[in-house]
Amino acid sequence: MEPSRDDFIIAIRSAFLKKGNKQRFSLFALITISLIFLIFSKYNFKFINYIKIGINETVYRASFVVYAPFNFLDDKYFEIKNHFNLYKNYEILNKDLQNLRKKKYESEFLISENKRLKKVIEDIYYSSDEIIAKVLVDKQSPFLKSVVINKGSKNNIIKGMAVLSEYHLIGKVEEVNYTTSRVLLLSDLNSKIPVLIEPEGVRAILSGGEDNLGEIKYQKEKLLISNESIVYSSGLGGILKAGIPIGKIKINNRKINVKFFKDFNQISFVKVLRFSEEKN
Amino acid sequence: MANISKNNVSLFFFKLVPVILLYISVLLQLDEDNKDYFNFNFAQILIFYWCLKRNDLLGYGFIFFAGIVNDTLVGLPLGITSFCYLVLCGFAAYLRTITISPSLIKDWFFFLLAIFVTNSLSFIILYLFFDVELKMSKLFLNTSFTFLLYIIFSAIFDYFLKNFIGLKND
Repeated sequence: MEPSRDDFIIAIRSAFLKKGNKQRFSLFALITISLIFLIFSKYNFKFINYIKIGINETVYRASFVVYAPFNFLDDKYFEIKNHFNLYKNYEILNKDLQNLRKKKYESEFLISENKRLKKVIEDIYYSSDEIIAKVLVDKQSPFLKSVVINKGSKNNIIKGMAVLSEYHLIGKVEEVNYTTSRVLLLSDLNSKIPVLIEPEGVRAILSGGEDNLGEIKYQKEKLLISNESIVYSSGLGGILKAGIPIGKIKINNRKINVKFFKDFNQISFVKVLRFSEEKN
Repeated sequence: MANISKNNVSLFFFKLVPVILLYISVLLQLDEDNKDYFNFNFAQILIFYWCLKRNDLLGYGFIFFAGIVNDTLVGLPLGITSFCYLVLCGFAAYLRTITISPSLIKDWFFFLLAIFVTNSLSFIILYLFFDVELKMSKLFLNTSFTFLLYIIFSAIFDYFLKNFIGLKND
């Protein structure tokens, strides 16, 4: 016999409205609370922001403590791996050092020349406040790529600040709590940064892509871009300083991807920078 | 006497295993491995299985809070994962209510329907109301692997349930 419509309604009512065996809440009540949370988050109600900040602070710290042994094992694994690659790394570093020594003198000359010329044309200078932060949580989901750092509004972090690992741009601050903040990585699909591709001088937007790569979008001179070109922040929009290195161009099947200089899974400490413009 | 109390302690611990596993998987993001070609949602498998077989061992309150923790860690709007987890519980509770003779294959395909609906709901809410972009291909891969792995984890949980806790509710 076919189940009647009444049976279906009774089963739904039993599943959603009745408190189950040893359950303190009914499913319906909790689903309603979740929806209320969602609606209030959407319209940015103040009290939900306070709840969110409280939960964020607690959960980030708890996750850091739970993840501490795994972080320790990860560190040890990379330490051992580095020991095995010691001689190979030494040779590579030696070559790099020789190249860098040559380039250092050239760049010192160029910097001083650039400063002098900027003064002549009365261009804008950037000065930056630097805050060093530790990465608390770096377990990225396949959908959203972000990390949590241990500095927040208490340390003058504000939304939109640039985040660097060594000298490379890795993302910007997306959410600020009292003692922690969330950094949206450049590899996230929702990250959109204005960039400059050199030596071609092409301006474009860098978005997150697949396989932890970036993707160049909205560029006018598509054919000009070549493999191995360097991607820098363009400074447009006034949030980031121009000229922060990001990655290298990799062209795959007419798709222009960016291989980031930093491996986002290997970041322990970051620099959070706020750039302010200073007129000459 | 001492043997009885020892058994009670171990039974108490075994009964906590689903909750502990849920929180470990959420806190460490074990399921959501950062691979583009392979990722699955362990929490969905765990929640559906235990809500279907022994809902007294995994309270809805715990599931709600696990969702909140997940949202906080991943950076999603607060409440979205809780909502999806609880809808999944709803599917499991409905299946439990209408099932007279349980069958693994029936559970498995009902699980596919349940995760398809919950993931679609999550995608629609995130995309339409919060402007969060998600890759459809990744979501599809995640759903497929979660569906395929359900049968394996179901067998493991069945073994655990039969040998360590017992099939009947208290």
